[in-house]
Amino acid sequence: MIDLQNVTKAYSTGVQALNGITLHIDKGEFVFIVGDSGSGKSTLIKLLLKELDPTSGTIKVNGVNLNKMKRRAVPKYRRKLGVVFQDFRLLKDRNVYENIAFAQRVVITPSKQIRKNVPMMLSLVGLAEKYKSYPKQLSGGEQQRVALARALVNQPNILLADEPTGNLDPKNSKEIMKLLETINERGTTVVVVTHNQEIVDQMKKRVVAMHRGVIISDERKAGYTQHEN
Amino acid sequence: MFSLASVATMSACIFLFGIFFCIIQNFQYMVKTAEQNVAVTVFFEKDLPQEQMDAIGEKILARDEVSDIHFVSADETWEAYQKIYFEERPELAEGFAEDNPLANHAHYEIYLTDVALQGSLVEYLESVEGIRKVNKSAEIADILTNFNMLIAYVSVAIIILLLCVSVFLISNTVTIGIAVRKEEIAIMKLIGATNSFVKAPFVVEGILIGLIGASIPLGLLYYLYTRLTQYVAGEFNILTGLLQFLSVDEMFRILLPVGLALGVGIGFFGSFFTLRKHLKV
Ligand SMILES: Nc1ncnc2c1ncn2[C@@H]1O[C@H](COP(=O)(O)OP(=O)(O)OP(=O)(O)O)[C@@H](O)[C@H]1O
Ligand SMILES: [Mg+2]
Repeated sequence: MIDLQNVTKAYSTGVQALNGITLHIDKGEFVFIVGDSGSGKSTLIKLLLKELDPTSGTIKVNGVNLNKMKRRAVPKYRRKLGVVFQDFRLLKDRNVYENIAFAQRVVITPSKQIRKNVPMMLSLVGLAEKYKSYPKQLSGGEQQRVALARALVNQPNILLADEPTGNLDPKNSKEIMKLLETINERGTTVVVVTHNQEIVDQMKKRVVAMHRGVIISDERKAGYTQHEN
Repeated sequence: MFSLASVATMSACIFLFGIFFCIIQNFQYMVKTAEQNVAVTVFFEKDLPQEQMDAIGEKILARDEVSDIHFVSADETWEAYQKIYFEERPELAEGFAEDNPLANHAHYEIYLTDVALQGSLVEYLESVEGIRKVNKSAEIADILTNFNMLIAYVSVAIIILLLCVSVFLISNTVTIGIAVRKEEIAIMKLIGATNSFVKAPFVVEGILIGLIGASIPLGLLYYLYTRLTQYVAGEFNILTGLLQFLSVDEMFRILLPVGLALGVGIGFFGSFFTLRKHLKV
């Protein structure tokens, strides 16, 4: 389903963020990506979303080579992905409800459907009461949950989550992870970038560890491995 | 906030356009009216029978350049002549008694559809059998034609200039709008919005600016034009024979759709092409 062959990415500043990544993720998998700050995790997510193009190597998603994808096909491709960004990227001038409804409008959902789906997603992430709040009136953790609701509302077949629990307390983090697990059980492929060692240890999923732009370990049902350097 | 500024400038542009449009339309209307009074006169060979004159008249009327033709018999010519030259002393004319001194001056007055065509008509008339002499009013025709052309050129130049200014303004509004909403646009794109979905609000904004920016000056012009024509008709009624204004309804039958189409068109194309330039994914 997701297939990276020898992918490198150098930013225009000269920073070599990824340095030969080869990674295969099957349909229906749940994968943690861990690694210290600056190891290239977010860059990897951005490549999968085709927000960035790799410097070299090939990326295939659902059998389609992203390098060869036509510009016009990109929106349609992105609609099959749900993404939680590390910096949330909520629309500041719209309230919680509108932020999630917006994702549905982008893919031209009938408003009747939207009125049904949005409250459902909001109660799923535990924000049913705050639907009228604006992003700046929410805590970091609440914003993160709005971002997750937005990523899920269009029922993507791949969910990419960059630090979805970065600002949450242990209790809320666990709830969110349970939610991701449920979504995964319903058939969505889930890729989660996280620093949360405790959760990774508990969940016993596949763990891909990165360091300075390369994969240093890839283990099934693993815990969080501390790689000294 | 910025769109308010562009609505205002757009209004100013369309207002100016409207003023020029009114002036041009009225000039052309006056020129047309004046043209209708420019006639070519043809005189016939000596003793040409009436049937032949009628036949020539029919041929002339069939020409494209000719809008109307009027036969003046020799007697009528003499009567008109008497009126002008012997009005004060009719006894002088009496001397001619029954003898019409202008017996050979039966003629046609030919009115043109367009003064510019006078040359070709005269050429034709001079070749017609039975015609002795063609009198044309060359200077008036030339002046009117040249004046008409000058007005057309000047107005086209001014209108093109105004259009460029308006397109530039809309383009500016959209560029700023894109800059302000850059983050929002980026997010929309990342969650799978198509280009047209992202563009639509900007195009709608452009069209709205155009529509509002056209409606305000058109309303104002309607009011001002009505007042102006009323004022001129009231104060300078001696001149009304000379200054023939188009009525406000006649004027707006053309100006209203043209003005609105212009506003909407500028709004649409201004935003559309700016978006193409700035919104490459
Ligand atoms: N837009 C950019 N331009 C230039 N360099 C960048 C850019 N984004 C990231 N980098 C650099 O690329 C490297 C990898 O960054 P990346 O964001 O992928 O790390 P990360 O693993 O997500 O880190 P974190 O855990 O802190 O989020 C870093 O050295 C970073 O400084
Ligand atoms: Mg990151």
